[in-house]
Amino acid sequence: MNMILPTASISATPNGTTRPQVRIVIVGHVDHGKSTLVGRLLHETGSLPDGKLEMLKAVSARRGMPFEWSFLLDALQTERDQGITIDTTQIRFRTRSRDVVLIDAPGHAEFLRNMITGASQADGAVLIIDALEGVRSQTRRHGYLLHLLGVKQVAVVVNKMDRVDFSADRFKEISDEISAHLIGLGVTPTAVVPISARDGDGVAEHTPRIGWYKGPTVVEALDALEPAPPLAELPLRLPVQAIYKFDDRRIVAGRIESGSLKAGDEIVIMPTGKIAKIKTVESWPVTPVHGPQGAGRSVGITLDRELFLERGDVIGHSGQSPRDTRRIRARIFWLHDKPLTKGEQILIRLGTRESRATVVAIEKAIDPGALSNEENTAIARNHVGEIDISLAQPVATDPYTDNPRTGRLVIEVNGRIAGGGLVLSVDAGRPAVPIDIVPVESALRPDERSARYHHNGAVIWLTGLPGSGKSTLARALERRLFGNGGSPILLDGDTFRAGLNSDLGFSPQDRAENIRRLAEVATHLARNGHIAIVAAVSPSTADRAAARRIADSAFREIYVATPAEVCETRDPKGHYAKARSGGLPSFTGITNNYQPPTGNELTIDTSSRSVSDATDEIERMLATTGILFDELTDLAANI
Amino acid sequence: MHLLDNESAAAGTRSAALSNASSVPGIPANQAPPTMDHLDELEAQSIYILREAFARLKKLALLWSLGKDSNVMIWLARKAFFGRVPFPALHVDTGKKFPEMYAFRDRFGKEWDLDLRVEPCPPIDAVDPTLPPAARSAARKTEGLKWALNKYGFDGLIAGIRRDEEATRAKERVFSPRGLEGEWDVRDQPPEFWDHFNASPPQGAHLRIHPILHWTEADIWAYTKREGIPIIPLYLAKDGKRYRSLGDQDITNPVASTASSIDEILDELENTKVPERAGRALDHETEDAFERLRVAGYL
Repeated sequence: MNMILPTASISATPNGTTRPQVRIVIVGHVDHGKSTLVGRLLHETGSLPDGKLEMLKAVSARRGMPFEWSFLLDALQTERDQGITIDTTQIRFRTRSRDVVLIDAPGHAEFLRNMITGASQADGAVLIIDALEGVRSQTRRHGYLLHLLGVKQVAVVVNKMDRVDFSADRFKEISDEISAHLIGLGVTPTAVVPISARDGDGVAEHTPRIGWYKGPTVVEALDALEPAPPLAELPLRLPVQAIYKFDDRRIVAGRIESGSLKAGDEIVIMPTGKIAKIKTVESWPVTPVHGPQGAGRSVGITLDRELFLERGDVIGHSGQSPRDTRRIRARIFWLHDKPLTKGEQILIRLGTRESRATVVAIEKAIDPGALSNEENTAIARNHVGEIDISLAQPVATDPYTDNPRTGRLVIEVNGRIAGGGLVLSVDAGRPAVPIDIVPVESALRPDERSARYHHNGAVIWLTGLPGSGKSTLARALERRLFGNGGSPILLDGDTFRAGLNSDLGFSPQDRAENIRRLAEVATHLARNGHIAIVAAVSPSTADRAAARRIADSAFREIYVATPAEVCETRDPKGHYAKARSGGLPSFTGITNNYQPPTGNELTIDTSSRSVSDATDEIERMLATTGILFDELTDLAANI
Repeated sequence: MHLLDNESAAAGTRSAALSNASSVPGIPANQAPPTMDHLDELEAQSIYILREAFARLKKLALLWSLGKDSNVMIWLARKAFFGRVPFPALHVDTGKKFPEMYAFRDRFGKEWDLDLRVEPCPPIDAVDPTLPPAARSAARKTEGLKWALNKYGFDGLIAGIRRDEEATRAKERVFSPRGLEGEWDVRDQPPEFWDHFNASPPQGAHLRIHPILHWTEADIWAYTKREGIPIIPLYLAKDGKRYRSLGDQDITNPVASTASSIDEILDELENTKVPERAGRALDHETEDAFERLRVAGYL
């Protein structure tokens, strides 16, 4: 016989009736009676299917065990054998005014990840404590985690009062201790209820045995918990999940985490700070949707202009956008076997953005289950702490006190979630500046330009060591394309450093900014139908990846892979000689900090071939990747 | 036509629901967004999950069992991706489904413009003989699924299971990793919270994605009615019986019911204490038959 959860107490709203639904997690130390309480609650609220109780009693008898309410939940074979709940199970029932989804979470320390999985979905929590044993390590740990998970409403239940002869003194002792602990974490219990889950006292009724208690029963306490507060009042946050181009629409898809949006709104895309207006809100089967869409909706929008944005960007309203940052202070819980230490390389997920990151400092590391908060230098499994994180790329986020949805992050190690926590503060690079500019759109359509030039716009990015032949190739290519009626434009790194980028030096940050500016200018040209040929050493893989993100599908990367010794003998600008004599401390040619590309569209070694031969090969690559086309080709196919 | 087009029956409620989302032009500029009801919330969550799966996995397929749940799931996918389902719909066919189910598949596979892949299951002899008869019959589907996985190399399978259906399914994650043989390790499930999903299956293994895990049976019917999603008429009572859950003909039985419309089904669910899978023989053979199936990779 198989165990089946009740379908009797379905919480849907079939005929349009709306009852608030609250999700409640039951947590506490192992063996303090969580599953028993759930079984009892189902019975008291009339939620058990016909024959269930009899079936369970039969199963118990067959196993030679006394009947236990917890059997109802511990439905898996493995669990019954061990007598503990190993995963979170959800069941539903009704109180007077609420539909309750009960999430039963394991109390065993081994399964903290399951407790977190369950509790993270809850609007409120019931923390259960054994009257005999009192507050234990998992009681404290779960209390701490509720705070970290953002669960603010906690009702405390002191169970097994029958084991302490329903002593009001013992109840008060425990009540005082746990209240102090929770209040210290910023969580005020909504009620502290003495019960005997096994016998039913205090669950749905006041019984004479707890006559001295005047507060709510468990059912009444559950009835008083509120559903999650609406997030529509907060500023708009729309993390981008994907960009879809299934047809002629370019739809930016995501779920509104807070605030609301509608067609015509002026928006800022963070962390890049680009602005646009929402052209339409798309839907299916009827589209477009008029009127505002609020927090919680999964939407799709189109913008009034073509600009590059990607999964992980966050859309906000002008003047109320999130901050962009590369540095975050977070309060986290840790679930991985290996303790988290300073210097560790991790992957951070913030909304839909993922970024590699480094733990630059462990500010606090404590065992939330221990009585004394002993400080450690690493955050052990099932412990909590505060860390400073440095991110490999800028992200858009909010402190959790400003926005509970966008102010939380998840840490991944080896492709598996290993921890998570709250964003305490961000080291803002740029604050959320409203950019009061309205880009003027070109009078020409892309197809008009490509019809004239016989090519589409592109960014051809030549990377390689100084002296590898980038500028020579760039010039030859420029001449070739121009000769064929095209519109090539050379963007030489050194030329730009003399003008637009004259404020930049050679620190990693300045190099990154140098590349970003080159990529932005080149992309602008490409969008207007020109072929921008960029010749720049661009030694950093990350910087070139940033350039590719900016130019998107127009980007063609060519690695000019001439051997270093050949480059040094050429030394067209005299840089190698100067560097060897100590005059150019950060010269890429001799510091060996050039990171060769992978995934580039073409590699050319100029030491073994002629310039015109190499130019032919670049032309072929541009033809096969859709930049160059013959006059005979259907132009529409290339637009 | 054997199929029920409840579009006409639901026309009234459908237009009412749509006007909720898309009010008329010329509304005041600072109007508050319409509040979301329970079904709106479920829908938005499912769409989010489907889009996450599409963004994070390379080769997805949606398991279409032709039942009420997977039809809702296809509808949600069309909503998520603005009218098209951008991955194959896989029907692992035991060859023993009801004729009404095949008619439904053939019609709506076309009407919904699905990339339909029908994959056969191996003969019963190829299946674990220690399983009780009905479970053994159902286990053919697990084998068929493995064949299809090997054939196409999917790294993600979207499946329409729900927590309220059955106790072991209640334990599931939204993104649920499977072993190399498709097996489910219920004892070592990764943490999953705040809608962040573990989407990196080990090389050669796959993920199950469960976009309607948080729905109930009544939610499915209420949504089917609201959206006007077509259903197989076997779900509606005829001669005092109807199917609450559809599986293979030889191991699925109807339950006693007089519910001949979706409204009546919803009324019935309000009052019944009979579990949804009561008509599924394989659930009731032994205490752990269903769990054994699921650990081995059954849905």
